[in-house]
Amino acid sequence: MAGSNPNAKPMNLTLKVWRQPNRQAQGKIVEYQVKDISPDMSFLEMLDVLNEDLLHAGQDPVAFDHDCREGICGSCDLFINGRSHGPEKGTTTCQLHMRKFSDGDTITIEPWRANAFPVNKDLSVDRSAFDRIIQAGGYVSVNTGGAPDGNEIPVPKEIADRAFEAATCIGCGACVAACKNASAMLFVSAKVSQLALLPQGQVERKTRVENMVAQMDKEGFGACTNIGSCAAECPVGISLENIAILNREFLAAKAASNNLA
Amino acid sequence: MSWITKTFTSSIGRKIIMSLTGLFLCTFLVVHLIGNLQLFKHDGGAAFNTYSHFMGTNPIIRTIEWGLVLGFGFHIYEALMLTRRNKAARGSQGYVSNHSEQNSEWTSRNMGILGTIILIFLLVHLYNFFWRARFAGDLPRMGGADPLTRDYDNLYLAVVSSFHIWWYVLLYVAAQISLGYHLWHGFRSGFQTLGLNHRKYTPIIKYVGYAFAVVVSAGFASMPLYFFLFTNADGELAANAPALLQSVAAAF
Ligand code: HEM
Ligand code: SF4
Ligand code: FES
Repeated sequence: MAGSNPNAKPMNLTLKVWRQPNRQAQGKIVEYQVKDISPDMSFLEMLDVLNEDLLHAGQDPVAFDHDCREGICGSCDLFINGRSHGPEKGTTTCQLHMRKFSDGDTITIEPWRANAFPVNKDLSVDRSAFDRIIQAGGYVSVNTGGAPDGNEIPVPKEIADRAFEAATCIGCGACVAACKNASAMLFVSAKVSQLALLPQGQVERKTRVENMVAQMDKEGFGACTNIGSCAAECPVGISLENIAILNREFLAAKAASNNLA
Repeated sequence: MSWITKTFTSSIGRKIIMSLTGLFLCTFLVVHLIGNLQLFKHDGGAAFNTYSHFMGTNPIIRTIEWGLVLGFGFHIYEALMLTRRNKAARGSQGYVSNHSEQNSEWTSRNMGILGTIILIFLLVHLYNFFWRARFAGDLPRMGGADPLTRDYDNLYLAVVSSFHIWWYVLLYVAAQISLGYHLWHGFRSGFQTLGLNHRKYTPIIKYVGYAFAVVVSAGFASMPLYFFLFTNADGELAANAPALLQSVAAAF
């Protein structure tokens, strides 16, 4: 059942999958065999095959997170063979294809690990800590009304490009998963610098960074030691420069904001 | 909590202290290294003893010394607080398979271990050359006595004889290797933490940091190695030392 590539030979694989019935339970690695996997399948489609096999055998399928399967939503989140989103650079798990593996490989699949990301079940983790950080300041408050004309607020192209690059963060959490300190600073810095660069973000600029960092600390994420695993594993290539911007923004806000608390 | 304590107990605030103290300690290393180079002067230790006497008695230097104590104190304290926070953040269940070597440098992931080796060295080093030598009056027993000239306060001789103890030389060199790796990552990391990241300057800072790490650690390590391998107990170059060293020593 090889796919569109006529030379692609189906593969047989051994999977070592983290199984954990619920949040409180102790989990463990369970070994499975999957057969006839097309190299053209995505990693998640390969897991679909495993789950079909498990259902046919009357067993509980493996829970894992996914939604768009197009690399844009940030839902998929597997730690594959010791790397966030697997071995391929700049790729989400849903966009990782089985041709990156070879017949007979053993693949270890684990959930994101971080104290702030509890495991719900098997490979599915709770990333609502990220939502709460965004709720703490990752937005701009605007009055609704007539839409302003395009180009009414001038933004230089270079600034727009940099803000857009930061805005590509899909909130997947690969940065936290890869980081030795389980630090969320790449994620937080992407949102802070995106909004700090744009005119719309100026109104809440100081309060935003103060509140987002406070929430990040409260959720129990670690502190960045500039290791760089995050940027290396980020599927959309958010750069470490954003963390420097975050630190600058934080210091400037702490020094000059009107918030005494 | 006031906004000030809140700022400096936040994750970024602690990092800022870490980097300011770390970079301050880097400037201290430069001064210390240049001073210690007097050891190589071929004058029986006169230059080195003048320098160390100046450092030990000058009131301005003695005041700055307190800054150094604070610098180390805060650097180590924040290292502890941040390491504790980061360990807790990682959680109790680790990965079964984790290939962080494929996405980052070893030095950057082991700053705490490297720092701890530096700390152990620092304690031994301070006990000998600060406490025993300066306050406890132990200098003669450390080899710092010259019965011929009735000079019982000769730090140079104490250093030279310490550098003939194999385990001391080993500790010294191991600590300098650790320091080199600590700075390999730490130098540029300190700038990044302060928000000083710019596409023009960051590559320069990175390579200056690498050079700094190598020059400083090799510079400090060269001293015990030189005395251990090539000199006698008085710091005189041994007759069988390589010819190159003989001619270099003669020039100074
Ligand atoms: C002469 C001695 C030392 C120098 C010049 C030095 C320098 C530095 C520098 C420049 C940094 C980077 C700061 C940053 O990333 O913002 C750093 C980080 C660090 N240092 Fe040191 N250090 C020294 C001694 C120590 C000692 C004795 C310890 C531990 C007991 C230590 C533990 C650490 C740790 C854990 C980090 C990483 C922390 C982080 O980035 O959050 N260091 N050091
Ligand atoms: S910074 Fe990159 S790795 Fe982190 S959440 Fe955003 S997209 Fe994912
Ligand atoms: S499922 Fe949406 S990015 Fe992978």
